[in-house]
Amino acid sequence: MSYSPSAARAAKSFDPFDFLARYGTLIALVLLILFNLIFTRNFATIQTLNVNLTQVCTIVIVAVGMTLVIATGGIDLSVGSLMAISGALAPMIFLGKIIPIENIYLAVAVAMIVSVSIAGLFGLFNGWLIASFKIQPIVATLVLFIAGRGIAQVMTNGNLQTFRVPQFQFIGLGRVFGIPFQVILMVIIVLAAAWVLKRTVFGRQIIAIGGNERAAELSGVAVAKVKLLVYAISGLCAGIAGLVVIAINSSSDANQVGLGMELDAIAAVAVGGTLLSGGKATIIGTLLGAMTIQLVRYTLLANGVPDAAALVVKAGIIVLAVWIQQQGRAHA
Amino acid sequence: MTRSKLLSLLGSYGVVLALLLLILFGWLRYDYFLGFFNITSVLRYNSMFALVALGMCFVIMTGGIDLSVGSTAALGSVVAALFSPQGAWIGLGAGVGAGLCVGLVNATLVTRLKIMPFVATLATMLAASGTALLLADNQSVSVSYESGFTTLGQDNLLGFPIPAWIALAAYVVGWVVLNFTSTGRGVLAVGGNEDATRMMGLPADRIKFLVYLASGGLAGLAGVILAAQFGAGQPIEGVGWELFAIAAVVVGGTLLTGGVGSVGATLAGVLLLGILFNVLNFENGKGWISLSAYWQSVIRGLFLLIVVILQAKLSARSTAAVKEY
Amino acid sequence: MDTDDLLSMTGIDKRFAGIPALSAASFSVRRGEVHALIGQNGAGKSTLIKVLTGYHRRDAGDVAFDGKPFEVSSPQQAQANGISTIYQEINLVPYRSITENICLGREKRKFGFLDWSAMHREAEGLLQRFNIRVDVRRPLMEFNTATQQMVAIARAIGFSAKLVIMDEPTSSLDEREVGVLFNVIRQLKQEGVSVVFVSHKLDELYAVCDRVTIMRDGKTIKTARMDEIEKIDLVSSMLGRNIERTEGHATAFSARDETKIGKVLLSAGNLAIGQIVQDVSFNIRSGEIAGFAGLLGAGRTETARLVFGIDRLRAGEMHYGGKVFDPKRPSDAIAAGMGFCTEDRKSEGIVPEMSVAENMMLALMPKLSKSGIIDEKAQREIVERFIKQLGIKCSGPDQKVRELSGGNQQKVLLGRWLAMNPRLLILDEPTRGIDVGAKGEIQSLIKSLADQGLAVLMISSELEEVIEGADRVFVLREGISVAEFDRAAATEDAVMGAMAHGNAPVIAEARP
Repeated sequence: MSYSPSAARAAKSFDPFDFLARYGTLIALVLLILFNLIFTRNFATIQTLNVNLTQVCTIVIVAVGMTLVIATGGIDLSVGSLMAISGALAPMIFLGKIIPIENIYLAVAVAMIVSVSIAGLFGLFNGWLIASFKIQPIVATLVLFIAGRGIAQVMTNGNLQTFRVPQFQFIGLGRVFGIPFQVILMVIIVLAAAWVLKRTVFGRQIIAIGGNERAAELSGVAVAKVKLLVYAISGLCAGIAGLVVIAINSSSDANQVGLGMELDAIAAVAVGGTLLSGGKATIIGTLLGAMTIQLVRYTLLANGVPDAAALVVKAGIIVLAVWIQQQGRAHA
Repeated sequence: MTRSKLLSLLGSYGVVLALLLLILFGWLRYDYFLGFFNITSVLRYNSMFALVALGMCFVIMTGGIDLSVGSTAALGSVVAALFSPQGAWIGLGAGVGAGLCVGLVNATLVTRLKIMPFVATLATMLAASGTALLLADNQSVSVSYESGFTTLGQDNLLGFPIPAWIALAAYVVGWVVLNFTSTGRGVLAVGGNEDATRMMGLPADRIKFLVYLASGGLAGLAGVILAAQFGAGQPIEGVGWELFAIAAVVVGGTLLTGGVGSVGATLAGVLLLGILFNVLNFENGKGWISLSAYWQSVIRGLFLLIVVILQAKLSARSTAAVKEY
Repeated sequence: MDTDDLLSMTGIDKRFAGIPALSAASFSVRRGEVHALIGQNGAGKSTLIKVLTGYHRRDAGDVAFDGKPFEVSSPQQAQANGISTIYQEINLVPYRSITENICLGREKRKFGFLDWSAMHREAEGLLQRFNIRVDVRRPLMEFNTATQQMVAIARAIGFSAKLVIMDEPTSSLDEREVGVLFNVIRQLKQEGVSVVFVSHKLDELYAVCDRVTIMRDGKTIKTARMDEIEKIDLVSSMLGRNIERTEGHATAFSARDETKIGKVLLSAGNLAIGQIVQDVSFNIRSGEIAGFAGLLGAGRTETARLVFGIDRLRAGEMHYGGKVFDPKRPSDAIAAGMGFCTEDRKSEGIVPEMSVAENMMLALMPKLSKSGIIDEKAQREIVERFIKQLGIKCSGPDQKVRELSGGNQQKVLLGRWLAMNPRLLILDEPTRGIDVGAKGEIQSLIKSLADQGLAVLMISSELEEVIEGADRVFVLREGISVAEFDRAAATEDAVMGAMAHGNAPVIAEARP
């Protein structure tokens, strides 16, 4: 029966949960900054800004891809493992372990393109499992979560690859006008994704699929194709983040690169206000979410709270964010 | 025999068959594979995973998931180590109690606040890990060797490792609960069709609550064994255990969407994945090929892939059957 | 209260958000009787059943069951008190065994543990009463729908139900299975169990029911003995039409200029997809409004889904614009210039979290973009034009569509397809759940669209909408197109007669 007379009533009255779901993260961020300005020493410095931004860069890059995936109603657990794969592959190429390339610039370029593309292909594989076999995303991406890191470890035989290649490490350590290059990269990716989500057909179709997959299909949206692409993009983002991480560390350890990244990325997306059930997404929110989590951690550390306790606080923030989101939905 | 029946048979007995084939392979190929030392060490080590997988199996059968088991085990090991000077039983109780606490939080988040299991247990995973690190002051906590606590992990009873006995006992209890109590049947019914289960008058929320509680307790128990076996509570152990457990449960033929599952097949799944690692070690020992230990996760992933695709086909079939009407 | 009555409900009121779903409805069932409960969509039969089983709390009225006042607050409680309901979507657990599905909730125990052999015996015993012998240890999903239905009934009887409510139990059964079900119902009756039988297949009511209660607009219209009421009376009571009544004008449709109707655009021959659509043929011309009339479950929506490529044909063929047309997915139909306004706006139509503009542009968007980038300005113009043209009441193009009323949501969906400039528009229950004012607006809109040359296929359960709106009416009955009327011939009598009797399908001999 489709009696829906109540659908007529627009939510006119003020709903605190809806308000919190919308602006909670921003308010939290502002409050945190105010708190730090008052209580934390040396907070208002470029140094502090750079420390916090560089801490958050790779998380944001991965979380951008994750936001798109979650917007379709899916999830990608494999991002950490894909970071490890691209992080393992790139040094093998530019150090000439696979095929020697004379020109270091060419070698670095080939290394970057190949390793990021491979990560993208693995993402495509995730999408294929999900779109063609109708496997739940959490299970489908679990496969590469487990196997992916193994592949990276097998490629490097579990060995640490260390290197000193400034041409490559520029993406992690370089600066342009004093701004860390990785921050610039992050900003570009964030803006590009936000633009795609808002201004392109593809972006609208992502949201439509997450909001009502049946309706999208009946309106002629190629659901399978969109899903394939979204997971591929998530793979690409993870690939890029993997390169940034190894560039910062001057080494690549397949056991460590991207470990636990899926959790950080999902946390950033959830705290940022993207619906975990899909259909509503904000890239800028994800950026704010990641920064909020990072700033909470920084605030706690700067004020003498151990890192382990920060983990517990982070858990609380995730639950709180999701709970507020759900309340906002239930009241609307 | 129809294809769907074949598929479902493969689902229920495939893992046991694969396990037997793997054991046969090992027995024929390696001299000491079925030797006393190898058997007891495989059992001793994998009993921890078996306990975690048992809890996971029950959670998954209700259609949920528990990502927190790894850090819960780590927390359990730390708490058990801290209490071990008071005696073996107190250490055991404390470790299991810590696990139950995490389980209680999970159960509350999922059944009362209605937060998706995946998000709720992800958060408690972080929280449990943080708590473990705090309690342990970021390092491993050595256990007391005077109180007899290490017996729980290192000694044998009737020739078999005590951890294996504990795991076996847990599986027997789990099997009885699943097959011979109404709560156990309720677990499968909730996972199969939650609305119908409520309509049938079963307490769906209470069942789910119990399942998360049990998963936490079993993870805590695994942590106790971890501490007793290696002589220390280890706050950073347990990373990836949840995925090993999920893989074992799925390989054992339990549907990740819930509603179908078997305790015995889960145990077979744990042993299959564990012995796979063991076989790799032996193979390397032979020196014919040198497959590094890293292959094990690749192979585990492949196993998972095959099982998941088989399951997808199976469930596509059953939804098609439901749609017919 | 009649002493023979097992159940008696009187003066039942139920409102949802102020809107009455039941007003002073009454219903009574005698002991050992099979009682049909029929009515259109929204007539209130489901609400009545849900009030009875404690799913909804009634606002007013009395319920007596088995001689005592009956107060329950949940289906479980109703079940414990002797009323079992078998829902249309079978409410069992497909992966679990038949025994579990029958015995869950009242397991047998021995020394505190489940006594499987006793439970298997009980399940077998219950099913054997209906001459069904199956391996009760196998999962339910391995059995056909009829057996699943029997399991649901066995479960109900196992709870020693005195009253079993069956909500459209035959909608998924073939003739042989229906025969088995009827035997079971007759047997229940012999054992003194009463059955409430909800169905839209009139022949079935005559085959198995003793009495019938007809509901409309939340009221009980009449209760009669099955052998004393004609089919045509059933239909006219359900639809609220009096056969002798003179033609009035009940909709906003006005007379059409026949010259605006062009050539045949779509013709479909002998379409079939299983039980629900068995043999449907029709055609639509440009500038014509073709109506599908029929009772619930006649296969109207399912036929439309075939045309739009949502489901694949099993037999029959379509021609569209002179060429063979075989859509594999909705985008094929859309590319051919079709639009489809679904009957289920909530789950298949709107994307609730998206804005009016985004919803309206969902189908058109790919065409209105340059290399994948949305042309915001062009979109805005189109959206604003349609908001004005369709009279959509919203705060602006950016308002979330979920905040709109049903009528305005429907207009947004109409806009979604009109923006595509289609040649054929399929409207499934275009005015259902929409208030009277908006209803009239949508009806005149449909007419003016046809005047502009659009072919419209309109499915409606409101007789006057089809009769006054459509240039030709096709009547479907149990998956078969049984009649076609042009505007002059489409009187209420004629259409209702076809809905009730039609040319009864040739019923194949019951297979052994």
